Amino acid sequence: MAGLLGMLAGPANAAWQLNLQDPVTAVARRVYDLHSLLLWTIVVIFVGVFAVVAWSLIFHRKSIGHKAADFHDNTTVEIIWTVVPLLILIGIAIPATSTLVQMRDTSQPDLTIKVTGYQWKWGYEYVTGDAAGVKYMSVMSTPREQIENKAPKGEHYLLEVDRPMVVPVGKKVRILTTAADVIHNWSVPAFAVKTDAVPGFLRDTWFRAEKEGTYRGQCSELCGKDHGFMPVVVEVVSDEKYAAWAADQQKQLAAAAEDPSKVWKLDELAARGEKVYAANCAACHQANGKGLPPAFPALDGSALVKGPKEGHIDIIIKGKPGTAMAAFGGQLNDTDIAAVVAYERNAWTNKLGEVIQPAEVKARRGK
Amino acid sequence: MPGGAAGTGWTLYPPLSVQMGMGMDMAIFAVHILGMSSIMGSINIITTILNLRAPGMTLMKMPLFCWTWLVTGFLLIASMPILAGAVTMLLTDRHFGTSFFSAAGGGDPVLFQHIFWFFGHPEVYIIALPAFGVISHVIPAFSRKHLFGYTSMVYAIAAIGLISFFVWAHHMYVTGIPLTGQLYFMYATMLIAVPTGVKVFNWATTMWRGSLSFETPMLFALGFLVLFTIGGLTGLVLAMTAVDIQVQDTYYVVAHFHYVMVAGALFSAYAGLYFWLPKWTGHMYNEGLGKLHFWLSMIFFNIAFFPQHFLGLAGMPRRIPDYSQQFADFNMISTVGAFGFGFAQLLVLVVVFQAMKGGAKASAKPWDGAHGLEWTVPSPAPYHTFEDPPAFDPTEAHA
Repeated sequence: MAGLLGMLAGPANAAWQLNLQDPVTAVARRVYDLHSLLLWTIVVIFVGVFAVVAWSLIFHRKSIGHKAADFHDNTTVEIIWTVVPLLILIGIAIPATSTLVQMRDTSQPDLTIKVTGYQWKWGYEYVTGDAAGVKYMSVMSTPREQIENKAPKGEHYLLEVDRPMVVPVGKKVRILTTAADVIHNWSVPAFAVKTDAVPGFLRDTWFRAEKEGTYRGQCSELCGKDHGFMPVVVEVVSDEKYAAWAADQQKQLAAAAEDPSKVWKLDELAARGEKVYAANCAACHQANGKGLPPAFPALDGSALVKGPKEGHIDIIIKGKPGTAMAAFGGQLNDTDIAAVVAYERNAWTNKLGEVIQPAEVKARRGK
Repeated sequence: MPGGAAGTGWTLYPPLSVQMGMGMDMAIFAVHILGMSSIMGSINIITTILNLRAPGMTLMKMPLFCWTWLVTGFLLIASMPILAGAVTMLLTDRHFGTSFFSAAGGGDPVLFQHIFWFFGHPEVYIIALPAFGVISHVIPAFSRKHLFGYTSMVYAIAAIGLISFFVWAHHMYVTGIPLTGQLYFMYATMLIAVPTGVKVFNWATTMWRGSLSFETPMLFALGFLVLFTIGGLTGLVLAMTAVDIQVQDTYYVVAHFHYVMVAGALFSAYAGLYFWLPKWTGHMYNEGLGKLHFWLSMIFFNIAFFPQHFLGLAGMPRRIPDYSQQFADFNMISTVGAFGFGFAQLLVLVVVFQAMKGGAKASAKPWDGAHGLEWTVPSPAPYHTFEDPPAFDPTEAHA
């Protein structure tokens, strides 16, 4: 009952939005107008047809003594109601075609960003422009407590990420999409952009945002367990802010380059591994290591985790074909893999006390 | 089942379906069995229709329900083996090292979608066409008039069946098919609106200047007409590639296909059920409960599914377990509607059970406006209904 009352009261930021989101690109505006044109066309057709039906229902009833006429063919009207819809269709096809042609024209971009779909996060890689070479993961930042109703839901519940895509306003941004595991779909309604990310193939789309702001979308192709939890957030900023952001990213990139031959101690490695685990592994294997059997096995007490470390490193690098266990070799560097292996082998009840060095991970790559 | 149930939705897209556990193999097995039974059933129906008509009943004097089943039979025979091929390739990709749908081995995940929808789109009409047949019997019966435009109805059914094989990639506008492909599939899909429109206009004209009464079968037929027209018109919106890209994989699509499918499969089945129930059981059903069933279904259906158009336009994706707060209010309304709609369907069990048990005796022809051979035999129909070929009265033709 309390739940029902809560539902009736409604969330604080309730919205009764009836139409498409406010368009922020020229293409999205054309799509918006095209949809409005179609909507009014079908409303007129519906009202026209059902006005005739309603007339019959009211005036041609048996209960008021109406006698049935006897006709069952009329070639003239049949030709009319074949030709007229055809003409209406041609009328709509013209704006529909030109909008689509504009939508698909990805030529001469100012900036190109490669988007990779992972189960269940987005990878962004700036291919050209000031931020060329910058590469990071964009992971949903809504806390688990909000999802499990243990904390009140925030304003951008399920539509917020740790690191959004940042693009300059007014520039033509070309998006290349691909995926690492299954098909995902990168979508931002305000830009009228929605393109599948197909593993092993590149697709492209584009947008030129006209207004600064934060725009949100979601993965739009069923991609497994956490399909609903991989939002897309794009921040559109001024040229100056973008240049500053790019310079800052480049600086961090240089600083983050770490020495792969460094020898780590267990506690610092496990501390780093816990973070890697939370970002990459916990969605399936759970923070407590118990997994969600039967699809996602437990790591706590797992024979594989407690077995030889080579097998443990290999499954993280290569994944396990035919299951949801993805290959993380391309997503994580040697230090991250060493850290997460060390963490898993020492967390929960797996107290093996072993340290794994990045050099050992490097040695397993390609084996 | 080790690895859980097949969690891919009915579309079974790889590589997600390759990741699944044994549940997916079971699903593939089930699809094969369904495919075999569909094909065998279709062969039976086609041979019966072509060989066992009453003397004098030429194809163009056949009841429309038989016409829709004839076309449906051909659609099933043509499309089910395609699906069988797709799921077999999926099976070998999963277990026998092939790479039909994996880029790493030279395959393409999108290939599966092409094959799947080459089956999947005709499948939609496999469900809808027999519905058109039922409605083409019920509306004339309760309008006490012959069906308007019988010949054009037959041509429209055949045209819809044929075109349904040429529009499959309108389910795949966002997969990155080339612009020319998007344009072709957009134009071909728009074309389906023409024969579908012809059918709706014919039904409307059948009622025009009739002598209408509103027993439960007619109410469900009218409900079908309203809902199916709404679903058909939103289908026209979805056909436009540029607009579809905004609403693909959102609740707009969910609303669209429920308007088409619940109207097409469920409401028309109820229209047929109430129409022929006296013939099947020999008793009249409870008209009051039947009408209550209709009105509850009609009202709660719209409460459940109309708001989903708004959710889809606002950008709520389908197949997600939880959603942003802005979508909560319409989802609440939709939930109320869905429960109401579900509970309302319990009434039909009561109605059918009552009619089986007893009630007013039904005459051979309980509906004064009905036409067709089934109304010439007693209710319920005797075993081996027509031991000798019946005399066919041509004035009874055309429903």
